[in-house]
Amino acid sequence: MGSLESARATTRRGMTISAVALLGLVAVYVMALQFTPIERFQGAAQKIFYVHVPAAWSALLAFSIVGIVSILFLWLKDERLDRFAAASAEVGLMFSCVMLTTGPIWGKPIWGVWWQWEPRLTFTLFLFFLFIGYRTLRSALQDPAERARFSAVVGIMGMLLVPFVHLTVYLFPGIHPLPVVLKPSSPSLPPEMLRTLLTSFLVFTVLSLGFTITRYGMALLADAEEARHAG
Amino acid sequence: MPESIRVALLIAAKDLRVEWRTRTALLSAVVFAALVLVVFNFARDPASVSTVVIAPSVLWVTFTFAAVVALNRAFMLERENRALDGMLLAPVGRGAIFVGKYLANLVFVLVVEAVTFPLFVLFFNVDLGGSLPMLLLVTLLATIGFVAVGTVFSAMVVRTRYAELMLPILLLPFLVPPIIGAVQATVRLLGHRPLSEIWGWLRLLALYDVAFLTLCILLFPAILDE
Repeated sequence: MGSLESARATTRRGMTISAVALLGLVAVYVMALQFTPIERFQGAAQKIFYVHVPAAWSALLAFSIVGIVSILFLWLKDERLDRFAAASAEVGLMFSCVMLTTGPIWGKPIWGVWWQWEPRLTFTLFLFFLFIGYRTLRSALQDPAERARFSAVVGIMGMLLVPFVHLTVYLFPGIHPLPVVLKPSSPSLPPEMLRTLLTSFLVFTVLSLGFTITRYGMALLADAEEARHAG
Repeated sequence: MPESIRVALLIAAKDLRVEWRTRTALLSAVVFAALVLVVFNFARDPASVSTVVIAPSVLWVTFTFAAVVALNRAFMLERENRALDGMLLAPVGRGAIFVGKYLANLVFVLVVEAVTFPLFVLFFNVDLGGSLPMLLLVTLLATIGFVAVGTVFSAMVVRTRYAELMLPILLLPFLVPPIIGAVQATVRLLGHRPLSEIWGWLRLLALYDVAFLTLCILLFPAILDE
């Protein structure tokens, strides 16, 4: 376990990265509101996509990190990997919340209803539930070593579950009310929109990285504090 | 390898024998499943929703709930008097312990399903019309996979407070792919659709079984490590 000093340094580093990313987020807002055209069919509602889609990406990224770091933990048995997985899960939980709130806000004017069982939205809902399960299990276990092993098992199983959920929600028959969803691959996407979306992807990636490192540093601080009091 | 299979079968037989001697858990799970069926019948508007329409959903929600209830008790037995520690002290592989517990759970859940199924056919006026063998296959394929995941999770949640609440929170998201597959296959079977329409869902269920059974066998030792 790292010392108090290195834990502080990690937290500071995370906060610096987060601060830079938050400035980037302001830039994304300005770009989205001022320097992108209004979408013809969806109007201003479309602009939420510059936050919504990158948030979904960040949630999925966080989830993959939880899975991969969990595998590494079971292999290397380094407690820091467990703390990092936990930090990533919390950040992922937050980003899936962002995705789940911005989705319905967009859905109301476009679909006419707050919620549709649209595959991508459904998929994120399951990511959200998986993060919640991971988080709840962690908080219900007292012994740190046991908590680390159990969470790693859930993290890895969750990573295997994700493709299955993805497949089944897409295969699930029913109306797929995708009116004029903009995809980055869409050739009709004007360059200003694409630029804003890509910038936002970058900003959200750095933001989730910054948040995760900050949260990880805080966990290391808590560990170091505890070790100091015990020792 | 044959030695570990023998150990697994011994553990499964031990669990089932304990279960059979009291029969409390088995009876409770069956009665619970029957009650869910009854509640479902009254949880609909009979004028607009016929029993046939909701039958597949009823079947799988009932099986899911019954399985969660059944899996909750899987490791309770081992916690009492720290029986699990005894098992860990024995010179047997952890993988064999998993397979043993898994087989006992699988039999337990399949028995509950076997008793519930005729009740379901009776209560919901289901016209099987030759679809029974395929329905049994679908049930078996779905159950094999989710009992594996449930066995791993039930070994973890007994270590927590509120284990009965923790298991569904962890397990239900994992039940979604098999449940979606099983319900879609059941809808088509009860609608007497051609078999080609359920082929894809069967493959999905089989893939889930192989993937999660393998992963569970690999990960289970990590839960028991001290």
